[in-house]
Amino acid sequence: MTTLAEAPHHVPPRTGSRPFAGTGTLLRLALRQDRLMLPVWVLVLAGVTISGAGTIESFYDTEAERAELLRSMTTNGSLRAMYGPLFSDSVGGLVAWRFGGFSALMAAVMSLLIVIRHTRDEEESGRQEMLSAAVVGRRAPLTAALLTALIANTGIALLIAIGLAGPGGSAAGALALGLSIGGIGMLFATMAALMAQLTESARLARGLTAAALGGAYALRAAGDAATHAGSSPLTWLSPLGWAEHIRPFGATRWWVLALLAAAVLVQGALAYALAGRRDVGMSFLPTRPGPAAGRLTTTTQLAWRLQRGALLGWAAGFLLAGLAFGSMADGAAELVGENEDAREIFQRMGGQSGLTSAFLAAIVGICAMVAALHVVSAVLRLHGEETAQRAEPVLANAVGRLPWAAGHLTIAFGGAIVILSCLGLGLAIGHGDQFGPILGAALAQLPAVWLLGSVAVLLYGVFPRAAAASWGVAGACLAIGWIGPALDLPSWVLDLSPFGQLPKLPGGSLEWAPILVLTALAIALTSVGLAGLRRRDLQT
Amino acid sequence: MTRAITVSGLHKSFGRTPALDGLDLSVERGEVHGFLGPNGSGKSTTIRVLLGLLRADSGAMQVLGGDPWRDAVTLHRRIAYVPGDVTLWRNLSGGEVIDLYGGLRGGLDRARRAELIERFQLDPTRKGRTYSKGNRQKVALVAAFASDVDLLILDEPTSGLDPLMEEVFQGCVAAERDRGRTVLLSSHLLSEVETLCDRVSIIRRGQTVETGSLAELRHLTRTSVTAELATAPGPLRELPGVHDLVVQGNRVKLQVETDRLDAVLRSLTDSGVRSLISTPPTLEELFLRHYTDDRGGQAVPR
Repeated sequence: MTTLAEAPHHVPPRTGSRPFAGTGTLLRLALRQDRLMLPVWVLVLAGVTISGAGTIESFYDTEAERAELLRSMTTNGSLRAMYGPLFSDSVGGLVAWRFGGFSALMAAVMSLLIVIRHTRDEEESGRQEMLSAAVVGRRAPLTAALLTALIANTGIALLIAIGLAGPGGSAAGALALGLSIGGIGMLFATMAALMAQLTESARLARGLTAAALGGAYALRAAGDAATHAGSSPLTWLSPLGWAEHIRPFGATRWWVLALLAAAVLVQGALAYALAGRRDVGMSFLPTRPGPAAGRLTTTTQLAWRLQRGALLGWAAGFLLAGLAFGSMADGAAELVGENEDAREIFQRMGGQSGLTSAFLAAIVGICAMVAALHVVSAVLRLHGEETAQRAEPVLANAVGRLPWAAGHLTIAFGGAIVILSCLGLGLAIGHGDQFGPILGAALAQLPAVWLLGSVAVLLYGVFPRAAAASWGVAGACLAIGWIGPALDLPSWVLDLSPFGQLPKLPGGSLEWAPILVLTALAIALTSVGLAGLRRRDLQT
Repeated sequence: MTRAITVSGLHKSFGRTPALDGLDLSVERGEVHGFLGPNGSGKSTTIRVLLGLLRADSGAMQVLGGDPWRDAVTLHRRIAYVPGDVTLWRNLSGGEVIDLYGGLRGGLDRARRAELIERFQLDPTRKGRTYSKGNRQKVALVAAFASDVDLLILDEPTSGLDPLMEEVFQGCVAAERDRGRTVLLSSHLLSEVETLCDRVSIIRRGQTVETGSLAELRHLTRTSVTAELATAPGPLRELPGVHDLVVQGNRVKLQVETDRLDAVLRSLTDSGVRSLISTPPTLEELFLRHYTDDRGGQAVPR
């Protein structure tokens, strides 16, 4: 806080509202808070994208092979839906195609987390009130948050532009790719800034921005599945589609960057207009009064009340994703059949059987890894309740720690069953065939999902200070599963993730051994974690 | 079993930082017991140990005849707790939280709930985020006072309450005592302690430094005496328990330990007393002595 003491005590008072006063100090405060998180995001995202060049070269090492891939992409909807269309057969073009979308998505996630963390989170916790009482302008907190996001996204864009200029085959292409990824980051940074003005809850602001991101992905995927070369108007409705339309390493359309920039400016201006008008801590969506008497009488009801919104959101999202991917499944065989290497990637992700099944199995696998994020988040709600001092008065009542934890754990582990069932239902309905096997395939992922949740229980119960590390474990599994097969990682690395241990369903043979072993492991870790919770001090 | 709380030799460290260093505490049934000490002296840590939220490193403890760690859940049916800083769920209304706490404790008195909401002038329909600090405290206070328990543990419960509400609070505590309930009240408001508490314990750096009724504690401190005498004073300096003696001609100013007052007065009357002002120690002085000792033994500001 010493840096905040630099307020100009001895400067004669200036007149005017000075809406940006204190921005520099707040920016330094934000960078100080994020000194670990920010470099990790930037280096990992840029590193994954740049190292993609080497991977692509090892897979498609001749121009003929790359040209073949380009040709097959124009005929296949399914892979276009996942990765977008391919505009160039250069190494850089393939990197942009295979890794660009993922990096843009992650840059958007990073940006929304940064901006909400330094705006609505600060206000919700009451910290902003103290800062705003110092010499801090009305628009300074928002500016500092957006500048932090700008620094991170500029870092990613520059690293990619420099790092891919050589291996990608075109400096201009590398610059266009870097700018498109950084631009998507800033687009969602300003969208988060806007959401932070509209809602009083940081959780809700994050959820709304993430939902917009998911919607953008779905629009782009649907558009790309329907038409090749990104000609569907649907892709123009999605910011992630714009990133595609820039066509880095192909016939680059620089003017699309101006569209991104304009959207960033418009959203930013809106957020600024709202930020200047509202009260600190308040929002434009007012809180309605609640009931004068309550019907909640158990901690399980309380947990359900606190988490039901998130769970219903996950379930609806998974149902929609299942419907979308299920309807694309038949097209998968077309493309993959024509390229030996792509077939290999897919089979590594989805198993050895027929290609439609392999596609479905790959989708089930990836969605299950995303579902693990729900489980981790629901388990860590316990940690959140404890550190926010809300657990203390609850546990000072006639409530044991285990029954208290049980409510949230039911939503975490039981919720996994619900959302994977929704995924399975969606896929089966979308595909219109194999109802039982597809639903079973989705549910067969449960042991791995539960295992990641049980890691969170273990960390929370035994090492509560390290509870957030369970995000890292889940994130690592997601990265291994999503990019691992394409990076041609050795199989022991792929096997590190519990998802790598499970049978590839539908299509593969149902092996019970890994399912039972992973389930037993999940039960064991959860038990150890709960035993730790019973024995330890509450964090105060 | 006549005591509600017995603690002896309680130790608790967080890592290498000792928070409680052999603390003793004994609270009789049916009394309002003041629990005092400077910031960071271990009051809240003690309370959390008593609630079974923290586990003691060593020491003997009983709360309502049970072990606060082992019997936490059964004991909590008979205990209501109000923390000094109440945090609420942003999307639950105050009324919902009151009923939730009541339900978790095993029911609350609907009539008392309504009466308390009225007396504390609380709007139970507002959501957690929209309450001010004082109103959040009221939510916890209503939940505690409306429940049927034997022991109330209140950790600086009135922080943020306005003077009017402070009075309502004092009325509620007095009513609880009249109904035979035990109250452990941690507080910094000395007037509140003076009004409500039968006995107090003062702790410092995790140890109990003073315990007893207010009268007993007063007895241990000094009375200040100012007198105008007919002749020059006698050998006051030699009397035991006399401090800070100032003599200006026939005027005398001194501090005397209260249980040594007799001898001083005798000596003063020997010299013929024209006027006499004797001030008993204020509670403030009593506490300040302990509080300032905590900061490296500085002199008591007078």
